[in-house]
Amino acid sequence: MSSINDTVEEINSKIDDVKFDLEVMGVGPEDQPGQVVGVLAEFESPAALMKAAAKVRDGGYKFYDCHSPFPIHGMDQAMGLKPSVLGIFVFIAGTIGCIGGMALQWWANAYQYKMMISGKPLFSFPAFVPVTFEITILFSALTAVFGMFHLNRLPRLHHPVFYSENFKGASDDKFFVSIEAIDNLFDANRTWELLERIGGKNIEFLVAKK
Amino acid sequence: MSAKANHEIDPFDPPLVEGGHSFGEITEKVCSVVEKKPGKEPIYWWLLLPIGFTGVGALHIFLGWLFWEGTGTWGLQNQAYWGWAIVNFVFWVGIGHAGTLISAILYLFRQNWRTGINRFAEAMTIFAVCCAAIFPGVHIGRPWLPYWLLPLPNQMGMWPNFRSPLLWDVFAVSTYFTVSCLFWYVGLIPDLATVRDRAKNKIRRYAYTALSMGWRGGNRQWQHYEKAYCILAGVATPLVLSVHTIVSFDFAVSIVPGWHTTIFPPYFVAGAVFSGFAMVLTLSIPARHMYHMQDLITMRHLENMAKILLLTGMLVGYAYGCEFFIAWYSGVLYEQAIFILRASGPYAWAYWTMVACNVLSPQIFWFKKARRNEFVLFTVSIFVNIGMWFERFVITITSLSNDYMPSSWEYYSPTLIDIGTFIASFGVFIFLFLLFLRFLPMIAIAEVKAIMPEADPHHHAGHGKDDH
Repeated sequence: MSSINDTVEEINSKIDDVKFDLEVMGVGPEDQPGQVVGVLAEFESPAALMKAAAKVRDGGYKFYDCHSPFPIHGMDQAMGLKPSVLGIFVFIAGTIGCIGGMALQWWANAYQYKMMISGKPLFSFPAFVPVTFEITILFSALTAVFGMFHLNRLPRLHHPVFYSENFKGASDDKFFVSIEAIDNLFDANRTWELLERIGGKNIEFLVAKK
Repeated sequence: MSAKANHEIDPFDPPLVEGGHSFGEITEKVCSVVEKKPGKEPIYWWLLLPIGFTGVGALHIFLGWLFWEGTGTWGLQNQAYWGWAIVNFVFWVGIGHAGTLISAILYLFRQNWRTGINRFAEAMTIFAVCCAAIFPGVHIGRPWLPYWLLPLPNQMGMWPNFRSPLLWDVFAVSTYFTVSCLFWYVGLIPDLATVRDRAKNKIRRYAYTALSMGWRGGNRQWQHYEKAYCILAGVATPLVLSVHTIVSFDFAVSIVPGWHTTIFPPYFVAGAVFSGFAMVLTLSIPARHMYHMQDLITMRHLENMAKILLLTGMLVGYAYGCEFFIAWYSGVLYEQAIFILRASGPYAWAYWTMVACNVLSPQIFWFKKARRNEFVLFTVSIFVNIGMWFERFVITITSLSNDYMPSSWEYYSPTLIDIGTFIASFGVFIFLFLLFLRFLPMIAIAEVKAIMPEADPHHHAGHGKDDH
């Protein structure tokens, strides 16, 4: 029995992923002006935000986020997020850079145009290390940054939370939980009540504007 | 923990943000500088701007003359093929290193005090590398063939020689510049979002919206962001060590007496950090007064930097001594001769300027009073900047102008074009730095907030309450 449940859960989470990506790419239905696209609640401190995060997670929501002006330690566990996969991207890119850098130098100086310099072997491994190293670092750093942009779906100038005027404080000194309407569990009243129950202040619907 | 929560000052760990500011006040303090109406900048900003701008203009004139006339306009001669251009290149690249040290290495060691100064140390890095890149860029003799530096085959199907340290240098410096820019920009994103959210006028809102790319400060973003930042710090750390190592290979891999030594890589890296921290002090002391940032760039920051100057100053002092020892111990006549000439020959004045500035002047930082006196800090930082330029001058010029054959020895003197280009490069540096102070948050707002005790989710807001 449990295996069927697992399968269903897996399919559901895949559907969520696809939904998320479509929304990001702007493929999904556009927000109509006046449509409720989410709920936003303010919390007064990092500690309060962290407690709220755990409760929203336990409520079963998936399309929610906790906004703060700085990263809060322990929030990943409170939200139940899996560790970032960025490290794997960077490792792969670094390996490609390393092998590619060495191969480039071998191709250029030892194979394609054999260049004899001061009697050194054509494939002079030690002399090729510095450039190989630099290319490894370059590939890793570029992947770390652009991989991060990809995982965060940036640049994305349009998002439900930006409909709120109060949300401007999220980059200053305010702490928010937002729950988006595309979530399966989203119900305007019940979601509002949940946020109220867990101590949210200044709760507001995120209403699409023109 | 409880001492921090109750705002008692721990003498061994004083607060990194003074004045008991809230998160909102920090935002206001840093962002208000960027948001001033044009014309409301501090008076010193307006006094320095024309100097910087003149430098930018003068650089164009000097380089234009160089391209018109050729490298003969410089003081280069038959022995000294590398003159001020290389000295200036190493000087500027070295200055950059402190920025990366602060942003990457101190991050990995969890030195929280870095947050007050990292943003502008990183800016300094980028602008210093820009200035550095000018010199080898215009030194190539045939300036219409710069692509020969790139890994591309030329019209004969021939590739650059990858065994040459000069090509390693191209890779090292360009990678360093790219990674420094990426690191800086990633750090800026949350702060650009802060400026965006406070923007009152349309142009500013559009500009900072585009620059911050729609940052929402959600934890799903912070999670990947922090990972990326950590990885960048992890790759920038070996990178910064490799860059000056490779710069030192430009010298050490050749067989010129005085250059061909294995101590060069660590010696150059220590010197780079030394000169870079001196430059951070030179910039941060006036900047904290100009913009009233004394609560964020505190005496503790300055004192820590003074300690690093003392340490790295003694490291370069050790290297100077070690070079003499190895020259004697090697038993090589030329090696010994060049070092005797350095200390007593025609360039002895430069050598002893270097020793006085780099080894002697930081010794005053053994005294706590000196480490906490801005006037002393600023003066010593200027001495160190001068001394470190002379270090590169001594290394480059003494070894080249006195080669194996005494009949070809000649005293090297720079031309006005040499001197002018170098001074103009300071103008470029100042100009870029002033623009940075005006348009970007000079202190990493999000990072400063994150190290305040209130940012800890286990921090208890109640003053005087018992903390467990």
